[in-house]
Amino acid sequence: MNVGLYVWQRLTAAVMVPLVLLHVIVIFYATRKGLSAADILSRTRGSLAWAAFYGVFVVAVAVHAAIGVRNVLAEWSPLKDRDAGILASAFGVLLFLLGARAVLAVVLP
Amino acid sequence: MMSDSPPELTVSLWRGVQEGRYETYKVPLRENQTVLDVVTFVQRHLDPTLSYRFACRVGMCGSCAMTVNGRPRWTCRTHVASVANGGRLEIGPLANLPVIKDLATDLRPFFDKWQQAKGVFAPSQTREDDVARVRPDSAARIAADAAIECINCAICYAACDTVRWNSDYLGPAALNRAWALVNDERDAGNPERLRSVAASGGCHACHSHQSCQELCPQRLNPTASIAGLKRRTMWAYVKGEL
Amino acid sequence: MTALAHRQSVLWIAALVHRLSGLALAIFLPLHFLTLGLAIEGETSLENFLRWSDQPLVKLAESGLVFLLMVHMLGGVRVLLIENLDWHDRQKELATVAAAVSAIVGFILLARML
Repeated sequence: MNVGLYVWQRLTAAVMVPLVLLHVIVIFYATRKGLSAADILSRTRGSLAWAAFYGVFVVAVAVHAAIGVRNVLAEWSPLKDRDAGILASAFGVLLFLLGARAVLAVVLP
Repeated sequence: MMSDSPPELTVSLWRGVQEGRYETYKVPLRENQTVLDVVTFVQRHLDPTLSYRFACRVGMCGSCAMTVNGRPRWTCRTHVASVANGGRLEIGPLANLPVIKDLATDLRPFFDKWQQAKGVFAPSQTREDDVARVRPDSAARIAADAAIECINCAICYAACDTVRWNSDYLGPAALNRAWALVNDERDAGNPERLRSVAASGGCHACHSHQSCQELCPQRLNPTASIAGLKRRTMWAYVKGEL
Repeated sequence: MTALAHRQSVLWIAALVHRLSGLALAIFLPLHFLTLGLAIEGETSLENFLRWSDQPLVKLAESGLVFLLMVHMLGGVRVLLIENLDWHDRQKELATVAAAVSAIVGFILLARML
């Protein structure tokens, strides 16, 4: 972990604090009387606001989780720093692609 | 009739190098006894082949640090009464360092990292210049004074799990000293020093477990010092100074 | 175990919980994204999944995930505070409170969903 990775990880963490809180509140609200796909999608389809909210969330979590996983691999697995970094970057890319796909899936009309 | 045998302590001591085993000895239990007294008794009366290290015996030099019942401590300042678990003690060499023999470890990696962290004062003036006037109540001097009393005993280094998991990590003591020097207004080594502690294995590797702060016999707080370094390097990085 | 001697402090446990919850969330996230991606196939696919997830065990797991998310975030806030604010001597108490709050949030969600 060096200063560059640190800055990105702490920054994305700080950005995500309000996003996580809002996300948990949304979950509480949405599950108040049983959750259905129609409920979710009627809210998100065609919504620029939800697209922006979840879009930022996906980018932030991809960066944050990748750096976190990198640290865990470097410290707890026999992998060297460089290999841990490569594997973690791949994981970050995977998260971003799957996340972007999920956002599009619920937001596109 | 019950035999009137004096009370005894059962002590397990590490014998060997990286490979070895704990061997058990029985030592007379006295009213006021330190762990160092116990180790010394074994070496003088039971087994002269035991290797261990000490110097001042009075809690000033830090040479006698060992792992006592799982915690790194100064053995000369650890009373048996406060650590013996039901009359048993387990004593081993400091963790995270190569073992020379038995209870003595090689501190060279510890001091190498000290150098890597630039924990060395870099003078900015000569003997021809006036003595520096440093206000003891300036914020920087207060921060430096809070970190300055380190005697390099390596207890924090032995306690730190991040040192254990990350062989590049410079460790709490080296970084604590770097922080003391960062706050020393007479020192001229900062650009270099900040770069060293901002690199891989530097201050950002610390996870704030705080084992260092919990166990430092000098009541220092390397976690706080490292947090200070994180802030300093973060701003330097953002401003493009690194 | 003597190796665990000084690793019983609340703050050390907090750091471990933070790391383990992060790992668990990292494993869960791709699955979460794939599930939401079911909406691409149309509302029915997502609806079928949601009905499958109505079982109590799944609801328990979901509450567990919310707990992990809360505890990971609060653990992260703890780190951000240590690193950016003045030293706090009440950290141990705060860390325990944070864990308790996370557990409460998880349980409330579970109770509502069951």
